Amino acid sequence: MTTIRLRPRVRRSKVLYSIIGVVVALIWVFPVYWMLNSSLLSNVVLQDATPTFLPIGGSFANFSAVFAGGTFFPALGMSVVIALIVVVLCLLFAFLAALAISRFRFRGRKAFVLAVLLIQMLPAEGLFIAQYKLLSSVGLLNSVIGISVLYTASVVPFTIWMLRGFVAGIPIELEEAAMVDGLSRTQAFLRITFPLLAPGLIASGVYAFLQVWNEFTIALVVLPDNASATLPLWLQGFIQQSASRATDWGQVMAASTLVAVPVIIFFLFVQGRMTSGLVSGAVKG
Amino acid sequence: MTADLAPKRSGRRRITGTPYALIIPAVAVLVLAMGYPLVWQLITSTQQFGLAQQFGQAAPFVGLQNYITLATDPYMWTVVARSVLFCAACAAITMVIGTLLALLMNVVARWVRLLLQITLLLAWAMPVVAAMTVWTWLFNLRSGVINWMLTAIGLPFHGHNWLIEPLSFFGVAVIIVVWMSVPFVAFSIYAGLTQVSEEVMEAASIDGASARQRFFSITVPMIRPVIAIVLLLQVIWDLRVFTQIKLLQTAGSVKSETNLLGTYIYQLGTGSSDFGLASAVSVFVLALTIVISAFYVRSMLKEES
Repeated sequence: MTTIRLRPRVRRSKVLYSIIGVVVALIWVFPVYWMLNSSLLSNVVLQDATPTFLPIGGSFANFSAVFAGGTFFPALGMSVVIALIVVVLCLLFAFLAALAISRFRFRGRKAFVLAVLLIQMLPAEGLFIAQYKLLSSVGLLNSVIGISVLYTASVVPFTIWMLRGFVAGIPIELEEAAMVDGLSRTQAFLRITFPLLAPGLIASGVYAFLQVWNEFTIALVVLPDNASATLPLWLQGFIQQSASRATDWGQVMAASTLVAVPVIIFFLFVQGRMTSGLVSGAVKG
Repeated sequence: MTADLAPKRSGRRRITGTPYALIIPAVAVLVLAMGYPLVWQLITSTQQFGLAQQFGQAAPFVGLQNYITLATDPYMWTVVARSVLFCAACAAITMVIGTLLALLMNVVARWVRLLLQITLLLAWAMPVVAAMTVWTWLFNLRSGVINWMLTAIGLPFHGHNWLIEPLSFFGVAVIIVVWMSVPFVAFSIYAGLTQVSEEVMEAASIDGASARQRFFSITVPMIRPVIAIVLLLQVIWDLRVFTQIKLLQTAGSVKSETNLLGTYIYQLGTGSSDFGLASAVSVFVLALTIVISAFYVRSMLKEES
């Protein structure tokens, strides 16, 4: 809606809108800024009656303290291992299923697509008690395997949906042309379609990673042991302490920063894909 | 496009087991991790399953007793009403602010738009638990910056505890949920707005339509489908808010006065170990979600075929 010749009235209202825009942006980013700012300040400064708005004289002491605390690295390890397992399984399973629904017409296809979409909407809170019982009955509470299976199941539906779009976007004619040229169906797929799918696989993989990395609800229920805490569980431990005694908020914010930064970086990668995947029916892009 | 190709293709191809083989792994993991718990939950919701059953006693079948207990329990209705109100408040406020921000992004200078997009992305990308620690710190009663700001402009908020009163607790929760959800809404609607063709707008303005008329007769109808689907997703997501409420409760509040459906199930299942009742509430939540999701799923399917 760019107009070439702006009338003075339009120009003035544009300035006004821009000012509002800047104010809103500042308000929205403030919590993130405050996290970074506080993570660099010492607890003494943070407990001051007047807040310090710039991290002048700040240091990375809070981060060293978090590392030295000894609980960060086990939680990081737990999160990384679980995320890797789930991303690999999820991509593999979802890729095969996406292939089935976008390249084949078969009986039960509609039902499968419907099930995938419905399962994707189910809230973790509606199932976690039963999932807890399932894992405890086979002795897999507090284990990497147990939670990885649950996570794979909860992330796989949307990943199938996302990959389906990518597979459908590659014209079957490309494969068929290669088959005319003498490649087998499998060869045609591996040599032609698969390389074109790489961006889709990466985007879906990052999406799955983010879901797992941030997940709190299921982890809270099936990883009751502190020793097997993932990063979100580890982080909530700080909130728990904050209720009972004087918290070192600088350290808590340093811990939050450590959890948030990789997520923010990865998120910027896939944001566009996620939006279009969720509302693809309504936004034609 | 795929739709009119499909019959031709399936005619050419032999029916094979390949597609079934391809979906087996996904189906297997879904059946194991979701199907089985779902069935277990349906069965358990018709049983008396308390502490004794935890230690191995057989669970007696009680029919719909758990559901009747819930339906006649005023506390359950309080929790349901609270969840619905909370969801309505979050979804409504998120939609209004999100739509306004999308419209704002459309009229500001380019660098302001970029600034808005970056800041919204940062808020969107924040992991929920990290966001919760930050907000607990912002609302901290002694050294929180929000109390300081309100005190600085002359309001009596020195040492104010935001979480102790249920109403104020939910106010804080709404602010946090809205802060986290607005970016998705704003980006989706903005994407819809960029689809409104400039030619049409120009033609309308040549024909003498005012800015207001252009907005209500061109822009609004064009972005209505996006708004509908985004609203639906917000309702589904806000009905199930768990993490934020759970963590705010942890930070200090009376649980029974601030429970929503998710935290109530959690409390029933882990706190009082009444799995029969917890299962019944879970089944209720699942049924509710499926009913609301049906609209969303239908619109996604329409696009798919």
